[in-house]
Amino acid sequence: MNAPLPLAPPVARAPAPGVAPLLGPMLAEAVAALAANRLRSGLTMLGMIIGVAAVILMLAIGNGVQGQVQRSIAALGSNLLIVNSGAARTGGGFSQGAGSRPTLTLDDAEAIARLPDVIAAAPSSGFTAQVVAGPTNWLTQVTTSTPAWFTVQNWYPEDGRAFSAMEERQAARVAVIGQTVARQLFGASDPLGELLRVRGVTFTVIGVLPERGQGIGGVDRDDVVVLPLTASLRLVQGGGAFRRFVRTISVAVATPEAMPAVEQAITELLRRRHGLGPREENDFSITNLTAVGQTFQETTGAISLLLGAIGGISLVVGGIGIMNIMLVSVTERTREIGIRMALGAPRAAIRLQFLLEALMLSLVGCALGVLLGTGLSLLASQLLPFPTIISPASVVAAFAISAAIGIFFGWYPATRAARLSPIEALRS
Amino acid sequence: MPGPPVSPPPSGPGPGPRPRPLLVLEDIVKDYASEAGSFRALAGVSLTVNPGEFLAIMGPSGSGKSTLMNIIGALDTPSAGRFLIDGEDTSAMSEPALAHLRNRAIGFVFQQFNLLPRLTARDNVALPLVYAGVPARERRARAEALLARVGLGDRGGSRPSQLSGGQQQRVAIARALAVGPRLLLADEPTGALDSRTGAEILALFKALNRENGVTVILVTHDPGVAAATDRVVRIQDGRIVDDGPPARVLATPGPAASPEVVAS
Repeated sequence: MNAPLPLAPPVARAPAPGVAPLLGPMLAEAVAALAANRLRSGLTMLGMIIGVAAVILMLAIGNGVQGQVQRSIAALGSNLLIVNSGAARTGGGFSQGAGSRPTLTLDDAEAIARLPDVIAAAPSSGFTAQVVAGPTNWLTQVTTSTPAWFTVQNWYPEDGRAFSAMEERQAARVAVIGQTVARQLFGASDPLGELLRVRGVTFTVIGVLPERGQGIGGVDRDDVVVLPLTASLRLVQGGGAFRRFVRTISVAVATPEAMPAVEQAITELLRRRHGLGPREENDFSITNLTAVGQTFQETTGAISLLLGAIGGISLVVGGIGIMNIMLVSVTERTREIGIRMALGAPRAAIRLQFLLEALMLSLVGCALGVLLGTGLSLLASQLLPFPTIISPASVVAAFAISAAIGIFFGWYPATRAARLSPIEALRS
Repeated sequence: MPGPPVSPPPSGPGPGPRPRPLLVLEDIVKDYASEAGSFRALAGVSLTVNPGEFLAIMGPSGSGKSTLMNIIGALDTPSAGRFLIDGEDTSAMSEPALAHLRNRAIGFVFQQFNLLPRLTARDNVALPLVYAGVPARERRARAEALLARVGLGDRGGSRPSQLSGGQQQRVAIARALAVGPRLLLADEPTGALDSRTGAEILALFKALNRENGVTVILVTHDPGVAAATDRVVRIQDGRIVDDGPPARVLATPGPAASPEVVAS
């Protein structure tokens, strides 16, 4: 017989260690257990992968839409008030809609421009017209205004120049055009100095506006011709009569904070100028574009949340898949559980082991889902007219929700494992 | 380095100071509720086992042998009576305390080895040390040393499926010794092995008992296995019917010789 080998001395007689020192080894075991069943683990994780990818993609698209809206609002010109002629009647009576009854005049615009905190006030009207240049023609939106329009829009010609106040007053036959009109009428050649006709009147192109892209609702804001208001009133819109009425006055305000006060001041000014009695309704309406933009942004925010929630439903489905497979796993490994209990695993350690496996499935699934969702978002950026935005918060949220799902749906199977009787489990 | 304190020769009160008994069972009763009513598996079992003893518990199926083993192994608690391991009363212990007791005081060896198939021999041996809260480095060192002790020093990286039955049972014995318990509790440890391998495993138990002072309890219905021990306790219908040296107990014709011994 061999020389007697001493056994290792008993492990120091310490109180039960609790589950904290088990975390590391149990984590390693969870990885090994899932790796031992690769196909099953992969299929189970697929639910989480698809769910997380859907959430990431939906939120990225939602954020992209919001970003697009933000840019659109910024491009509208910040701190902009739009005064429209015609009553904005609410309740009782029949409203013909804003701008249907011309009540605003060029003098109104000049008076508004003199108010404090007003940078510029641009009276304008618009109509749709067929614009002709040589053999080609193009249906476009014609805006007639004063040089203040360029200030209010914060949009100045990149080639050539805007018309001056002098040109406006003298009804000079000059035009500033947008990129779309330039491309449609003149193609690649330089439009400056070229002639175009609007309703039979010839104008010379003196400026081309820089590209501005799509507006809210997909409007092409580069599809525009800007003419001096006076010239337009006389030559194009007139029908013989000299009218000083305009549809709209756009007002640029110095600061966002000043907007409510300016809105109030304009209302009082116009009521006085229009001679309205205290019981009479306004014969104009004022729109705060920033406020409109904010509302729109809140709406798109709600839509992106809704999209995320739809992705969240698939996450719950993924969680149920995890619970299902963990229940199968507990049943299959009943004997293993019995052995572990005989070797001294307390119930808490058994629960920890299966909980960690469920957590592992959900978190690894989440990580892969984030990768997939990121890839799909990048792909979507190529296909959609705006870039998608993956916010770090949505990734953090995906992990937090996945961890919660792993614990929630892993708890029941893990508890079932922990409640097994060691004797019964060993007998299985 | 000696592990447990050197114990005096087993069996009975001799001259010198009596050692504190390792196991004390006082009038243990175990009832099971079943559909047919209550079933009494143990009907008052009293037994004292001193450190360093090498004994066999014998009895046919249904005799209460397994129930007794579950209670000694702290896997189950008695319905009535007291059970003390090393002076500690288990009847009032909470579940985590019982688990901790199993972990450090008792080493289990099963008929079907019960190694975890996914783990290597080394990791199987180290598993009880995980639940004892032993750091990884020491777990590995202890596992290697124990595998060497059972003659498998070079098989630490093998999985159970790559080992023969005898080798698997050696790994299981090393695992049972990992935390350094004073008691090895083996349930038909040779039942799944051929006779030659079974004899080797039996020799290993004997060596652990003689050389390392480990108390060994074999639960068996094989008289050949029981004959290798120093003391045989025969149980029948939930009661101890005989207790003494194997030469005498095994010579007494008992119901344990019934043919269903072979069946299981």
